[in-house]
Amino acid sequence: MDFKDYARQPQKLASGQKSCSGCGFPIIIRMAMSAIDRPFVVCQGTGCVSVTTTTWPFTSWKMPTIHSAFPNLASTAAGVETAVRVMKKKGKLKKDIKVVAFGGDGGTYDIGIQALSGAIERRHNILYICYDNQAYMNTGGQRSSATPYGAATATTPHGTLHHGKELFRKDLTYIVAAHDVAYVAQASIFDFADLTRKVKRAMEVDGFAFINILSPCVLFWKIPTSDAYKISELAVKTCFWPLYEVDHGKWILNFKPEHKMQIEAFLKPQGRFKQLLELRNRHIVDGLQQRVDRKWKELLFMCEKTKEKPEKKEVKKVKKKKIVKKPVKKGVKRKPEPKIKTSKTRSKFAKLKDKLKRKRR
Amino acid sequence: MKKKKAGKKPEKVKIKKIKVKKPPQPEWKTKPIGGMIFEAGNSLKYLTGTWKTARPITNYDKCIHCLKCVVYCPENCIKAKNDKKDHTEYQYCKGCGICAQVCPVKCIKMEDEDKFQE
Ligand SMILES: Cc1ncc(C[n+]2csc(CCOP(=O)(O)OP(=O)(O)O)c2C)c(N)n1
Ligand code: SF4
Ligand code: SF4
Ligand code: SF4
Ligand SMILES: [Mg+2]
Repeated sequence: MDFKDYARQPQKLASGQKSCSGCGFPIIIRMAMSAIDRPFVVCQGTGCVSVTTTTWPFTSWKMPTIHSAFPNLASTAAGVETAVRVMKKKGKLKKDIKVVAFGGDGGTYDIGIQALSGAIERRHNILYICYDNQAYMNTGGQRSSATPYGAATATTPHGTLHHGKELFRKDLTYIVAAHDVAYVAQASIFDFADLTRKVKRAMEVDGFAFINILSPCVLFWKIPTSDAYKISELAVKTCFWPLYEVDHGKWILNFKPEHKMQIEAFLKPQGRFKQLLELRNRHIVDGLQQRVDRKWKELLFMCEKTKEKPEKKEVKKVKKKKIVKKPVKKGVKRKPEPKIKTSKTRSKFAKLKDKLKRKRR
Repeated sequence: MKKKKAGKKPEKVKIKKIKVKKPPQPEWKTKPIGGMIFEAGNSLKYLTGTWKTARPITNYDKCIHCLKCVVYCPENCIKAKNDKKDHTEYQYCKGCGICAQVCPVKCIKMEDEDKFQE
């Protein structure tokens, strides 16, 4: 999919939703829905998405949508999916309807993880998209387990003793991948083609699909309204938010930056990290950098480990080794280096002798 | 006099009320259930364009019609026609400036909204 395909489509989320100017999640939702080409039902848990798109008596959605409390979004989606399945079985419904759920990080990483885990385990045919804005934004920016180390939030403020959240964030994409789910991916608005391809793939697979997307929040990340794209780009290029997917247990890295940037590039433009730029807080930045590096290494290892067709490559290597081994053995017999030279001279002499012998004959 | 009239009227009304009492129930039943919205995409009636403090102005001479701004506008208020950027719907534009930042040739300029108020 490219920009032109997007522009040709009728919009599935109407204008007039009330998110802050420059917020990241409407971009995510619009991009994701542009990649879906079959009828679907949307479920949304309480959070900025539901509050800004379905403020009674207005709705921005152009398809059936159901709003649920944020602890049980996955359960609501599972219920809708089951209803669709049963109605199809009874012949009351003929269309192939998919269920798409949009949940915030608070509702997905924290209070809703039990419902999510249950829905995954029951193998419901749902696409669950988590827009990760890294805190409880709708209620005033309280920290969640998705909030990164060092970020100042309403409940982990920057002061004289403490300088933001002092705990590392949890990696939900890994947790979902550990469920051995049909499809898990991490995406960003930075790469439109990648995001839409992932949504398309998630709609294809039979079973639970989960996509985690970083959603810049203007208000509580304290960034200029125009920076949602730039910050997403920096998050990807510093490897803070790597783009990868796990398709039926196979890990695939989708974007490898040519030059891995330092984490400061991502921290600097954001007001929530401004205390980390002080010299006395250098250790926090270093801690964050170490964490990012370790996670990146882990990811590369997982991708390498689950790479396809490893057997053929091994066979090739073995063949090469066999060819290499023979001359090595010869060398080993004539251990000292100078002797090789002499051997060369000897061989020259031997050749000369042979020639002489032939001539004599 | 008034009191007498007032005293007489309620008697008549009471008789009427008994007849009228039944209709309110179906009327209530025809009303939509609370918390439901039946008109899909009716947020178009809510004009978020009044929020903006800056207005994106496109220089169409420089524009290469890559449509990147169409994709990255959170309000979907930049419209394209025949694969070309056509216009910006200012009644929904919140003036965030994302379009100006993502434009590869930088042909969108954010201008102060005050200029356009009069
Ligand atoms: C059970 C319950 N507890 C608390 C709330 C209050 N509440 C509403 S939205 C919200 C924050 C949601 O955060 P998140 O899921 O991250 O979405 P965001 O607002 O960041 O988009 C909270 C705590 C609630 N609606 N229900
Ligand atoms: S608070 Fe943050 S996430 Fe919520 S609408 Fe505003 S910018 Fe978006
Ligand atoms: S300023 Fe923001 S809302 Fe307005 S057209 Fe540009 S991207 Fe869209
Ligand atoms: S991003 Fe810039 S060049 Fe591309 S269509 Fe928009 S205004 Fe034109
Ligand atoms: Mg959140």
